[in-house]
Amino acid sequence: MFQVRIHGRGGQGVVTAAEMLSVAAFGEGHHAQAFPSFGSERTGAPVVSFCRISDREIRLREPIMEPDALIIQDPTLLHQVDVFAGFKHDGYVLINTARSFDELGLGELIQGHDPAHWCTVPATEIGLKHLGRPIPNVPLLGGFAAISGIIKLESVIKAINSKFSGKVAEGNIAAATEACQIVLAEKQAAAQGA
Amino acid sequence: MLKQVEGSKAVAESVALCHPEVICAYPISPQTHIVEALGKMVKAGELAPCEFINVESEFAAMSVAIGASAAGARSYTATASQGLLFMAEAVYNASGLGLPIVMTVANRAIGAPINIWNDHSDALSQRDSGWLQLFAENNQEAVDLHIQAFRLGEELSMPVMVCMDGFILTHAFEQVDIPSQEQVDAYLPPFDPRQVLDPAEPISIGAMVGPEAFMEVRYLAHAKQLQALERIPQLAKEFKDVFGRDSCGLVQTYCADDAETMIVAMGSVLGTIKDVVDEMRADGHRIGVLGITSYRPFPLAEVRAALSRCKRFLVLEKSLAVGLGGILATDVRMAVTGTGLKGFTTVAGLGGRPIPKASLHQLFREAAQETLAPVSFLDLDWNAVNKQLERERQTRHSGPRAENILHDKGIASAAKFG
Repeated sequence: MFQVRIHGRGGQGVVTAAEMLSVAAFGEGHHAQAFPSFGSERTGAPVVSFCRISDREIRLREPIMEPDALIIQDPTLLHQVDVFAGFKHDGYVLINTARSFDELGLGELIQGHDPAHWCTVPATEIGLKHLGRPIPNVPLLGGFAAISGIIKLESVIKAINSKFSGKVAEGNIAAATEACQIVLAEKQAAAQGA
Repeated sequence: MLKQVEGSKAVAESVALCHPEVICAYPISPQTHIVEALGKMVKAGELAPCEFINVESEFAAMSVAIGASAAGARSYTATASQGLLFMAEAVYNASGLGLPIVMTVANRAIGAPINIWNDHSDALSQRDSGWLQLFAENNQEAVDLHIQAFRLGEELSMPVMVCMDGFILTHAFEQVDIPSQEQVDAYLPPFDPRQVLDPAEPISIGAMVGPEAFMEVRYLAHAKQLQALERIPQLAKEFKDVFGRDSCGLVQTYCADDAETMIVAMGSVLGTIKDVVDEMRADGHRIGVLGITSYRPFPLAEVRAALSRCKRFLVLEKSLAVGLGGILATDVRMAVTGTGLKGFTTVAGLGGRPIPKASLHQLFREAAQETLAPVSFLDLDWNAVNKQLERERQTRHSGPRAENILHDKGIASAAKFG
């Protein structure tokens, strides 16, 4: 079972991201379970959502306490919420930011981890560029496909098409695709650096 | 059709396939998504003929459902928590009058302190109302139970609550097989009411009944529940014939055949329990599960039979009989009267407290060793409790207890992850 925890703020589409990730995984024939942190969601408040992906029926109902992957939709949470709680050493981290890990104050934390498992992508800027709105959730799913290889970009695109239509779908697909390419390039650079 | 869908949306689609003619509801978390989805279907003309009635309260919601059902319409509503309490008088009326309304209860804690998260306190507060109460383990079962609920309720002319864990199920996206209209039509005949308010042939429903007849009328509600004990397994079998899957019934067992320790529970926590049981079995523990789908009627004989071969059982319940211990456990213990079986009660998950596998591993091992107290509380923060109790001993003016506990635990507000 592969477990993803998504941290963001109310209004960033945190819950929708987990739901769409589950739809993408289901589209590839996996079992998937997405659920929110059940908080009283308010714009700007820290929000968490979860997605489990497995090839067997998922019966487990506990919150995800030991994530295989973290998607951080808002880097200002890094010093407010213990986003790395229970994080597995060889897991994946994808952060929405235009800054480096050093600039985020994570330079030490990343030491000893596989650099190809830790990526950043300026998802807010990509969202603004393709959708005119600073919503990072869907581009980050494109980035997640690239960093983890757990799902394909095409499956994310199918999930986008099942949720949106017309220009909104097109914009989201363009944003997810661009984020996916950026993360793929980062991974390659990390692999070569290693 | 198999699809990845939110639990609330799946239930709305299931209810729509049953073609209710009147839906009335008042929004309350975590039930709201269900009636929102149904409202959209009615507005779009996808569910017709059906009248969606926005009401001013839960009391009105149940009252409208009563009126609609008495007029011969298949009627549906949904609620949770304080909403269920607010409609309580009408809840008793619906069953006393024998009106087969189906209601989803998206299980949620009852305040004070106010809390929107899941436990079973709301539904269990209405356990003696006369309604049948069926508990879903996952969203597939929630979908299937609604279809069976309309069939069962209308056959018996009794109302049915389908209980599903708020947020944990209502807001979870998972795969669900939504039946076809042909399947539902083959299983669920049109509503043929035993009593109808019809201006052409006027009758009265709801007469005052004095001491000379009240017990007989009240007994009829009990008789209907006893009939349901026979019909629920039959309807589950018929369901399998049409829909091709085992769903519902009175109870379900898992790894029970050679189990020395049995865990008894209701609702979505059964999934987590089964995962823990698999892991413990891999370590050589002989442990099994009894899931109770039908809480009312309570299947005494089936529970007794399912526990007859074990040495001890633990009832894990998301409810608390304040001043006693367990609510579900009381019924389970009644079922095993005279067997000499050792029983434990653990209250867990109140107000949405997560029930993690790690905690269950430890709990179940203690149950297997019979080192548990008769009544225990999973992951209760005794420091916080004892601090407040000590504060109350020290000073008369100890202040509001919920605010004190929040302060002691360093929590600014209840909105927390996990």
